[in-house]
Amino acid sequence: MSAERPAAPIPARPAPPRPRAGWSWHHPATRARIWQLLALLGIAALLGWLIHNTQSNMAARGIQSGWDFLGQTAGFDIGEQPIAYESSDSYWRAFAVGLLNTLRVALAGIVLCTLLGALVGIGRFSRNLPVRALCRGYVELFRNVPLLVQLLVWYLLLVEYLPDTTEAWSWGGAVFLSKSGLVLPFAQHGADGWHWSRPVLEGFSIEGGAALSPEFLAVLAGLTFYTAAFVAEVVRAGILAVPRGQIEAAQSIALSRWQTLRLVTGPQALRVMAPALTNQYLNLTKNSSLAVAVGYPDLVSIANTSLNQTGRALECIAIVMAVYLTLSLATALLMGGLDRRDRARQAP
Amino acid sequence: MSGLRTSPIPARAAPPRVGGALAWVRRELFGSWVSALTTLALLAWALWALPGALDWLLWRAVWHNDAQACQAARGVGACWGVITEKHRLILFGRYPLEEQWRPLLATGLLLALVIASGMRRFWTRWLVIAWVLVWAVVFALMGGGVAGLSPVPTERWGGLPLTLMLTTLSIVLACPLAVLLALGRRSRMPAIRALCTVFIELVRGVPLISVLFMASFLFPLFLPVGATPDVLVRVLLGIALFASAYLAETVRAGLQSVPQGQLEAAHSIGLGWWQTQRLVVLPQALGAVVPGLMNSFISIFKDSSLITIVSLYELTGSLGLALSGDPEWRPFMVEGYLFITAIYFVVCAAMSRYSLWVEQRHARGQAR
Repeated sequence: MSAERPAAPIPARPAPPRPRAGWSWHHPATRARIWQLLALLGIAALLGWLIHNTQSNMAARGIQSGWDFLGQTAGFDIGEQPIAYESSDSYWRAFAVGLLNTLRVALAGIVLCTLLGALVGIGRFSRNLPVRALCRGYVELFRNVPLLVQLLVWYLLLVEYLPDTTEAWSWGGAVFLSKSGLVLPFAQHGADGWHWSRPVLEGFSIEGGAALSPEFLAVLAGLTFYTAAFVAEVVRAGILAVPRGQIEAAQSIALSRWQTLRLVTGPQALRVMAPALTNQYLNLTKNSSLAVAVGYPDLVSIANTSLNQTGRALECIAIVMAVYLTLSLATALLMGGLDRRDRARQAP
Repeated sequence: MSGLRTSPIPARAAPPRVGGALAWVRRELFGSWVSALTTLALLAWALWALPGALDWLLWRAVWHNDAQACQAARGVGACWGVITEKHRLILFGRYPLEEQWRPLLATGLLLALVIASGMRRFWTRWLVIAWVLVWAVVFALMGGGVAGLSPVPTERWGGLPLTLMLTTLSIVLACPLAVLLALGRRSRMPAIRALCTVFIELVRGVPLISVLFMASFLFPLFLPVGATPDVLVRVLLGIALFASAYLAETVRAGLQSVPQGQLEAAHSIGLGWWQTQRLVVLPQALGAVVPGLMNSFISIFKDSSLITIVSLYELTGSLGLALSGDPEWRPFMVEGYLFITAIYFVVCAAMSRYSLWVEQRHARGQAR
């Protein structure tokens, strides 16, 4: 039977029904809009209520507000000053000193905890059992004790158990360690160009060199040893994430274990570790705020003093939060940028 | 042909032993020259350091609360007498001395409740009732004012019970909030997503101390004139809000691990959004991130020590309180720190062991 050609084309199917226009509760998009509107209104109402309360509380208690206090004389001394500061300087400058102190201890801590953490993390793959056990014990101990307790212990050990300045421990007459801190030789730029400033014990004090206070050392040691335990775990996870075949391939071309780590496992592990490491660095920076507990004049400790002197709690806490937020977001953006560049380079 | 062998080839020598104690020692301790030297160096160091450490810790330590004996033993033996003398102040802070059976009992009840909540056989609806009852009893014991117990104001609460109460309560408050935040951050509604993302990132970007300062200085300003909630409540809220942002990110990781097919399957049998999340997505998501959640719980426990900085005397703060004002016992602060370090360490280590156990169970459940 021959197929008969249809006389006319099959009529087009009717168009599907248009999504119901208008504001029906049964339409998901409508409900989504209503939910969002409610959420935004709720948040706005909450914020408005909080602001209203704050204003009436401040009026009732006669609390002044405003940023004018930043220009006033701070009137307190700061133990450590990376930039020149007198008690007659403004709050503004005091906050700047605090921020620089935070950055100083955080940067030193990041460098040291990376070195120690990498050592301990790699040590967990050692073929030597005592080394493995030691590294594991380190991680377990330092991870499971609060950082604040560790900071206080370091501070106590530094100021109670070290010798007095006059009997400072000295290595080669160049490095001195005592109750008053650590003094190191320091390259100084003077009128006659660069020269070494070597510390010398003169009478009751040590002159010259770069002095690190016991507060700085306690915060640095606490942050370093605590964060290194976490960095060690990041390093371990990064190395474990490298496929086994890579290590077998390295063995098959007769690379030694050290060469395998340096040329094959390490570079691949670093890529996996980068986000987690960044997180640890940010944690370390935020944790440096605990410095207030041992009296290291970091940002939080300066803000705390200013708050007690001026009563401008809102402003002082806002400054601290804004600074840490900026640091966090800047780091996140930087790492995001590096990651994108890395991916673009990896793309075939 | 002369090349033909007439005798069997002699057997090859046995391969070197890989099992047994001797082989183990050779492999683990003397695998190479470097390994052997490291082992010897560590052994020498242990032989040098261990007797002195044991002497200080145990053999020559002073165990009774005699400050003179402690002074005499300084440098050669630890003074555990400081714990004998001060343990009640360290464990319970400024709680009235004659009433200290109350925080002791409260601590015991709380620990029992938390441990029971971790055991599978107790996961029934009775557990919820037990939580409500135990917390009521704990608050009655600590605060007093009922059943003939003398009232004790919250500013005198301290030590270990305060640490445990703050940790458990802030976890209980933070978890539901964290789930909502995580769901919100993955929502398809842009306004909800933006609100949750901003909250999470803002909180994660600032240190806990600044949140605690806010709780202690600013919360009273945020509330209506005249309403000043207790400082403990404010600090608890601060810690719970802070923790919820971190927990939300962990939960979000779990949500991402649930395959899309599960959502489609739930949709196809006609489950609504909330039903899908509650019955299908969350059980799988939370199960997958138990180690992460447990890590956050450990952090919250450790971070509770920070409330010392806003002048509340939990375990760390009450140690300072117990020793720094007493010139006779103040020199033995290190022993005090070792004592509370041991407490923190045991609790944290127990939590991470438990997390490992749950993880293994979960892996067994996933295996096919």
